[in-house]
Amino acid sequence: MDLSTMQNIADGIRLRVLAHTLANNGGYMSQACSSAELLGAMYGGVLNLALLDEPINPPPFNGVPVLNSPSATTYLTGAQFHGAKGPGYDRFIISPAHYALVIYAALIEINRLSENGLDYFNKDGSTVELIGAEHSPGFETTTGSLAQAISQAGGISLARKIRNESGKTWVFMSDGEFQEGQTWEALQAASFHKLSKLRVIVDVNQAQCDGPMDSVMSIEPLVERVRAFGWSATVVDGHNLSAITQACLLDTNRPHMVLCYTDAVRGLPLLNERRPTLHYLQFKNESERERYQFAYNEMVK
Amino acid sequence: MSYEIVARPHEQKFIDWSKDKPEVLVLTADLTNSCEVGRWREIYPDRYFSMGMAEQNMLGMAAGLAREGFEPWLHTFAVFLYRRPLDQLEMSIAYPSLKVRLIAFLPGIMTPGGVTHQAIEDIAVLRAIPNMTILEVGDATEAETVLDIAHAVKGPVYVRALRGEVSRIFPINEPFKFNTARILSLGVDITLITSGIMTEEALRAVPLLQEKGIGINHLHISTLKPFTDPQVLLALQNAKHGVVTMENHSIIGGIGSAVAEIMAENGIGVPLKRIGLKDTYAHGASQKYLMREYDMDAQALVVSISKLMNMNFGIYESNLEEVRKIDVHSSAKAEAL
Repeated sequence: MDLSTMQNIADGIRLRVLAHTLANNGGYMSQACSSAELLGAMYGGVLNLALLDEPINPPPFNGVPVLNSPSATTYLTGAQFHGAKGPGYDRFIISPAHYALVIYAALIEINRLSENGLDYFNKDGSTVELIGAEHSPGFETTTGSLAQAISQAGGISLARKIRNESGKTWVFMSDGEFQEGQTWEALQAASFHKLSKLRVIVDVNQAQCDGPMDSVMSIEPLVERVRAFGWSATVVDGHNLSAITQACLLDTNRPHMVLCYTDAVRGLPLLNERRPTLHYLQFKNESERERYQFAYNEMVK
Repeated sequence: MSYEIVARPHEQKFIDWSKDKPEVLVLTADLTNSCEVGRWREIYPDRYFSMGMAEQNMLGMAAGLAREGFEPWLHTFAVFLYRRPLDQLEMSIAYPSLKVRLIAFLPGIMTPGGVTHQAIEDIAVLRAIPNMTILEVGDATEAETVLDIAHAVKGPVYVRALRGEVSRIFPINEPFKFNTARILSLGVDITLITSGIMTEEALRAVPLLQEKGIGINHLHISTLKPFTDPQVLLALQNAKHGVVTMENHSIIGGIGSAVAEIMAENGIGVPLKRIGLKDTYAHGASQKYLMREYDMDAQALVVSISKLMNMNFGIYESNLEEVRKIDVHSSAKAEAL
């Protein structure tokens, strides 16, 4: 595993999301700060994805799936950005759809989404949507209503188990999703049905829309809870690429979860001023924007 | 009229039908025997998956399996397939239009299990969901032949299913036909549209009304969505004195509403009477008791038609065909529910 490649992806994610936030006066910045290394590790070596010939230009949206209409078969899937499916390849299913901007930035960093992909972000008629859906780059399920991806990944993992496939099915989750009952239903089912190739990696950034998670609804002690549901689970520093990678590659015959404890302002300490509410960054005035521009200029150096 | 009573029409048919379909899986939520798939589990253990009492996850896992080319057939009570896990049904299954089959037992007021077990607004909810297909079986023949119909649909299908002791009303050689009404009788005075178990109930009264000289164009509906069979429009256009719908469901959003939509859109200007639950929940009691309590039975049909015709037929409960007595403790069911 090449940790410097992973770090370059992580640094690139922060820069791209900050540049986009500066240009558009808004963005999911703290999510980029917290998950940059996690995604750097996944896309930089942990995942075994089929290669693409070249980065894909995000196609325009061509309609929702409609029963018995041609769109049901021509409907775009964002999974194409993860390469062709195959029995030996991994799948990577993105659950927290509001991380879309961060995912798109990561896909540009690894040359799967075209360099100008973010130009289409949140533009009418584009697939590069604000909240990713299954036609958006990198997405293959529609999980803006949170905690639905892990069950669908469980079904995919069960199907692959029936077919005896060797590839793993990964889900990227946010910690807030552990407040939803469905997550726990999915954990007990994965354990009961021995989905040994199901993997979950979580950005435990301890922040959610209303503020710090422990002020909204605590989920701790998370690792004990997950283990009590029959899973193997490892807690790591979510900015330590070596630790993340090791935890991800752990050989186990149980479904396995990597809990990445992260800092929601990592790499951009200026964001500390925004506490306790970090969910979405929108500049209050021009002087604040200028300070973020200055921080960006320093990061680029 | 007395009908052949078929015990567990779904059970063996589904076993036989599944034999050469390795893509067909069964998922259940702790009601396996109650939904007549206990023997299926024994015969195809590798294709049977117990999901426990966790329906939101069950629907999500079904979506994942369907995305991978399997065809999951979920068996549980109706209320646990649409009411409890509605967001999962919509976002994980209906939006991507996946081939998931929801085999929904105990539609309407068929159970003494009470309000928690009675799916009285499922059609209303599901009719509003894009990509959904809704089927309802009305007798043993339809229960036995709905399998091929559901299997052929390219998106999600919800089936209001029957279990236990079920009457055979329709000839065994006249199987379920997709989006095609069964025309049970012809007549120019009243068009009567019934579905599910209400067809058997209506047939207690229809012959007596016909004896009084009332012409009844009676259609049995087994495909509730899509609801575009041209025979229905024709029957509505030909109704001289009015239209009556009978459904084992709320009168809001079900077949009565669907008929009202067609009548309004086509400028059909005769009165419509909708028999069903009138914007109320029910409670735990026998089917016969609840149908009388909520004016959903054959007597209610007689009253509706007498109002539309402005006639008194002199038909009372004692004149109506005897109700088929349904034994709550029948050995054809896993429990009294």
